[in-house]
Amino acid sequence: MAFVPTSESRALLSPALTDDEVLRIRNDFPILSRPMGGYPLIYLDSGATSQNPISVIEAEQEFYEQRNAAVHRGAHLLAVEATESFEDARETLAAFVGAGADEIIWTSNATEGLNLLSYAFLNSSLPGAAGPAARFALGAGDEIVVTEMEHHANLIPWQQLAERTGATLRFIPVDDAGALDLDAAAGIVGPATRVLAFSHASNVLGTINPVKTLVAMARRVGALTVLDACQSAPHLPLDVKDLGVDFAVLSGHKMLGPTGIGVLYGRSELLNALPPFLTGGSMITTVTMERAAFLPAPQRFEAGTQKVSQAIALAAAANYLTETGMDRVHAWESLLGQRLVEGLSSIPGIRVLGPAPGEERIGLASFDVAGVHAHDVGQFLDSKGIAVRVGHHCAQPLHRRLGLTASTRASTYLYNTTSDVDAFLAAVAGVRAYFGA
Amino acid sequence: MSLEQLYQQIILEHAKLRTGSGLAETPVPAGASSGQSHQLNPVCGDEITVRVAVSDGKVTQLRWDGEGCSISMASASVLAELAEGMDVGSFTAVIGNFRDVLRSRGKLAADPEILGDASAFEGVSKYAARVKCAMISWVAAEDALAQALTSSTAAP
Repeated sequence: MAFVPTSESRALLSPALTDDEVLRIRNDFPILSRPMGGYPLIYLDSGATSQNPISVIEAEQEFYEQRNAAVHRGAHLLAVEATESFEDARETLAAFVGAGADEIIWTSNATEGLNLLSYAFLNSSLPGAAGPAARFALGAGDEIVVTEMEHHANLIPWQQLAERTGATLRFIPVDDAGALDLDAAAGIVGPATRVLAFSHASNVLGTINPVKTLVAMARRVGALTVLDACQSAPHLPLDVKDLGVDFAVLSGHKMLGPTGIGVLYGRSELLNALPPFLTGGSMITTVTMERAAFLPAPQRFEAGTQKVSQAIALAAAANYLTETGMDRVHAWESLLGQRLVEGLSSIPGIRVLGPAPGEERIGLASFDVAGVHAHDVGQFLDSKGIAVRVGHHCAQPLHRRLGLTASTRASTYLYNTTSDVDAFLAAVAGVRAYFGA
Repeated sequence: MSLEQLYQQIILEHAKLRTGSGLAETPVPAGASSGQSHQLNPVCGDEITVRVAVSDGKVTQLRWDGEGCSISMASASVLAELAEGMDVGSFTAVIGNFRDVLRSRGKLAADPEILGDASAFEGVSKYAARVKCAMISWVAAEDALAQALTSSTAAP
């Protein structure tokens, strides 16, 4: 199959999963055997939320049945075991992304991770903020740079931060092929840039962005980098140290984990200089009626009771992925992505968004059907047991750039087969006739 | 429920027909008071603008502009056909009845005596994600009507 890996792509060095392996993997996911309106479920919406293997569901259940207690407090054995499981989970996630355990902060989701950062930067920018926090202070004349392909979660927190600090928000445009315009980026990322926030892989286009190139641009001007890894961490080998980003966020439920849990990674030195966002119990050293001193990261950013069972279940998800092999997961999904984009491109009236067939993309494809609205496409596919995402996928500016208000997206994961993709393509081929387009 | 129960033939036809679409092309009838409302579906980004003209207690014209799925386009088209010539009280009652049916999760059957062709949207009520598609033009019409009535009572 035609495929052009970029210099940053390593996965294609590994063999993809085999059909037999994928069939075995499917047996670990109970929901995949649920029939949908008389059809077998074909789940192509993992970009929105992924399904859970038995090991993840059992990890959460086992915690509640055997080890449930408050973590980081209490001298009893249950509390000790709960704390150990919780911190083991942190080490598992740290290893999964190539970070140190003290660089992993639990959040409710990736959106909260990005808001945590933007609010911590805002706190650094308030009058009276001083000391190590000064390096994060933003004001008039400073610039925050994002990209035109961002999910709203990696756009609106920065819009708000710019509005509240007087900084200017700028963006790197997307070209017609669905790639970042790096020539334009070189002119936008400059001495005034303080933060460069961008996604690793686009949730709409499937484009994999050149992280190292963007990090190098940011470093030249002393800007901090924030990586939205929601669509990469679940699907390809992620090494935040190798990529050189300062901060990164990921979402648990997109990588076989439960909802309600995400991760914020930050370089240790930065996290310990950053003022807290949420304050309260568990994140302090000494408290008087007048003031408080804070623990170092990660506790500094984990006020209140944490998402313990979710963190433990997310670690089970990370273990499942690691045991399967992220290189091989990526290689398999690259094949599925190519099969999707090649098949869609050959159907009359279908416009595929993002990289052309043969060019690198993650295992998803969004598309427009001439004369048929995305909601109708999704409904038609649903009637055949095929689950896809429709709408603007929380990326309105990108859709506007592409001249659309909505699109349909099929997104695969390690449990999808080539037959899933083929059944989807066969169904899409019938959409325009049904709606008389 | 089958796809055919949701996309009844009348819906697919009206989605193409788009009766009443084109605001700029048709001016408000002379002497009528009018109101206009713009509504957005944040889920898909679809937008619709509906203008209602009222004269002597009757809806004399309903025109709209919008882009959206077949359910929302067909719903606006049926609405325009239904509204014109109806007295304001009946029109308000029809909008209320349509909303009740759509929000009933399939529990309330549509009465063709009241809703006419709009009864075809009965099946939409079982698809929670699509209720907004069918309702959006009706919500806009309700708002536009209220504005038209306010401006007519304000007039000397």
